Amino acid sequence: MSVTRSEVAKAYEKLQTQAKKKVESLKEKPLVTVGTATCGRASGALEIFNLFQEEIKKNGLDVNVMEVGCMGHCYAEPLVTIYKPGFPSLCYGSVDEGKAQRLINDYLINDDPCFEFAMAALEPNDFFPTFADYPRGVYEYKIVMELCGLINPEDIDHYIAHDGYAALVKVLNMDPDDVIEEIKNSKLRGRGGAGFPTGIKWELCRKAPGSPKYVICNADEGDPGAFMDRALLESNPHQMLEGLIIAAYAVGASQGYIYVRAEYPLAVTRLQTALDQARSKGLLGDSILGSDFSFDVKIFQGSGAFVCGEETALIASIEGKPGIPSHRPPYPATQGLHGKPTLINNVKTLSYVPHIIRKGAEWFKSIGTPESPGTAVFALAGKVKNTGLAEVPMGTTIRDLIFYVGDGIRDEKKFKAVQIGGPSGGCLPESALDLPIDFDSLQEAGAMMGSGGLVVLDEDDCMVEIARFFLDFTQKESCGKCTFCRLGTKQMLEILTDITKGKGNPEDIDLLWELAEDVKAGSLCGLGKTAPNPVLTTIRYFRDEYEAHVNEGRCPALMCKDLIMYYIIPEKCSKLCDVCIGSCPTEAIYTRPDMLKAIDQEKCVKCNSCLVACPPQYKAVIKISPPRPVEEGEMKQDE
Amino acid sequence: MANYKEIIATYKDKPGGIIEAFHAIQKEFNYIPEEALREAAKAFGLSEAEAFGVATFYSYFSVKKRGKYIIRVCTSAPCMVAGGDKLLEALENYLGIKLGETTADGRFTLEATECVGQCQGTPVITINGKPIPEVTPERIPEILSSYK
Repeated sequence: MSVTRSEVAKAYEKLQTQAKKKVESLKEKPLVTVGTATCGRASGALEIFNLFQEEIKKNGLDVNVMEVGCMGHCYAEPLVTIYKPGFPSLCYGSVDEGKAQRLINDYLINDDPCFEFAMAALEPNDFFPTFADYPRGVYEYKIVMELCGLINPEDIDHYIAHDGYAALVKVLNMDPDDVIEEIKNSKLRGRGGAGFPTGIKWELCRKAPGSPKYVICNADEGDPGAFMDRALLESNPHQMLEGLIIAAYAVGASQGYIYVRAEYPLAVTRLQTALDQARSKGLLGDSILGSDFSFDVKIFQGSGAFVCGEETALIASIEGKPGIPSHRPPYPATQGLHGKPTLINNVKTLSYVPHIIRKGAEWFKSIGTPESPGTAVFALAGKVKNTGLAEVPMGTTIRDLIFYVGDGIRDEKKFKAVQIGGPSGGCLPESALDLPIDFDSLQEAGAMMGSGGLVVLDEDDCMVEIARFFLDFTQKESCGKCTFCRLGTKQMLEILTDITKGKGNPEDIDLLWELAEDVKAGSLCGLGKTAPNPVLTTIRYFRDEYEAHVNEGRCPALMCKDLIMYYIIPEKCSKLCDVCIGSCPTEAIYTRPDMLKAIDQEKCVKCNSCLVACPPQYKAVIKISPPRPVEEGEMKQDE
Repeated sequence: MANYKEIIATYKDKPGGIIEAFHAIQKEFNYIPEEALREAAKAFGLSEAEAFGVATFYSYFSVKKRGKYIIRVCTSAPCMVAGGDKLLEALENYLGIKLGETTADGRFTLEATECVGQCQGTPVITINGKPIPEVTPERIPEILSSYK
């Protein structure tokens, strides 16, 4: 065996020397990188990438152009970074054609780095602040996102040059039990949502009798508001793959699967490329790096069923059946895919593994909180200014995450709540902002870490409606197996819908609560058990809004269509302007004899167009709840 | 429209191959035709009802003929609070069809989808899988004009 061991290390050294040479040579001349993860592409990154290529060719410049993944600053896509010898490496956000042309003419052809639209430098220098110099930088701690946006996700050499697959080499020289011990020591908890200790899961699978064994990467990210798994797979697929290979070695599996959503086509392509390249380098397939360990991986595309994120449903799906969960035990670790011991870990969980192996369990435990060590990747969405991804140590407060990392609420609005953990999570109010985010504190508050999606809500969002959106999701995604989930969520949804339409009764709120408790207790899988959380937390923290709906027919956030009416304040309306009339799709707005505009409530479909159209200097259109006749002059003193 | 048989044959002996076959068929035809469903049932040793059950369990698959371009509007919470409901109405009005229908010229099918993981730029639609973020009712004509 000792011969094999040194052979493995030697084989890797050779790979890494080649890789480093290749990557270093890239930066000998200027290098332009464009973030082309789907968040970048959706904002036109490919067009910017092509523009750089064409212009560089046209101008005969000796410059490399490369695609990279997502750094997490999705609000500033397309993101371009320029490395030029003798200059600090600079990132430029929201690069359009004009900015790209300036960067080419002023910076690549000449030597003006266009500081005026640079976002941050990558390393400390005398000219320009780095990301660490911003408030956000104080909180961010990148482990799994460290290389995202810096390396080419479609070239394995970039990952290898940054010590990629070094953890695998280390592991191949270890006893599988020691690998599991290291993961157990690190107290890594599953990042898919439940927070189960990863090392214990591995141990269960290793000890389970049966062969062959399987390992599966769960990339069926489906929580509304979560997109970090997609970004990780699009930006650094090898990191997860290395973790998956290590997991396979530790539990003794020979076949792996990546269960990834078909809705993530770029992630699927980049994963396929990663698998092909890993195979060609001898890092995957028969006798990996010359060792006696063989393992291969297949991609399986999920098909739009949220419940398949649940382990037993996911397994049913890979077996070609409808993704319906089954009773546990037996757990997949002992009886999973095709009845064999199967380990299932989330993308992020597996992505942490190579880092823990390389740097040790003690290093990992030095970050985060004692019970939830390490970092967590959060997706910031909703009414927050800087949408995107942020990796922060566990234990960071929600306030820091929203107001410092995310830079607060958009449009000067007031924060109302944050929906954390997707449809299984809950809505937390202002008073919960100082909660540290870790698995246990959130659970106590009635929410859940889930996959780490944070949907920030402001004063214009109705909490009853938010609860209804999330329940509508889980109701549709219920597989229909258990009565509580199938019928309970449906009843709850009907009650919520009635409330948002003003047809609720005062006793509905308690009835909802009761039903929610029953669905929680009576459902088989995580989907049903957690589906009531958004309803329970909104009642717990925002009961007054529910009461306003049922008792007064009033929606305090002015969001529920049936409980509001649009009104043009005569004192504010400019007689000379007609934009509201033009914007109305139903001709509900008319001109009064005194030339002021007014709305025919019978015709109004409450599409909001007139409110958007009314010029900001007038702001004459308002929403009123509950709908009622308004006396002329009544609204005057309100403003 | 003959090669669904070949597609099914490729996946026939793989455990769980029926879902992979459905993906491949849908990629080719934009939906799973009834005769392909029957063929798949035979090849995988299932009853037709079971094969139909698998196909209709997953919202990504369609057993109904669809248009050339499939517009999917995200109706998950992050998009809805950003005006996704109004966007959906505007799309229905613009195309003159309801959710789930196809335009008379066979160009567009309008569907709802759950979260597509593009919450950094809500509301989101996808057209044949390509995500388009921050879509407002006003941008609809411009966006759809490039899909002929």
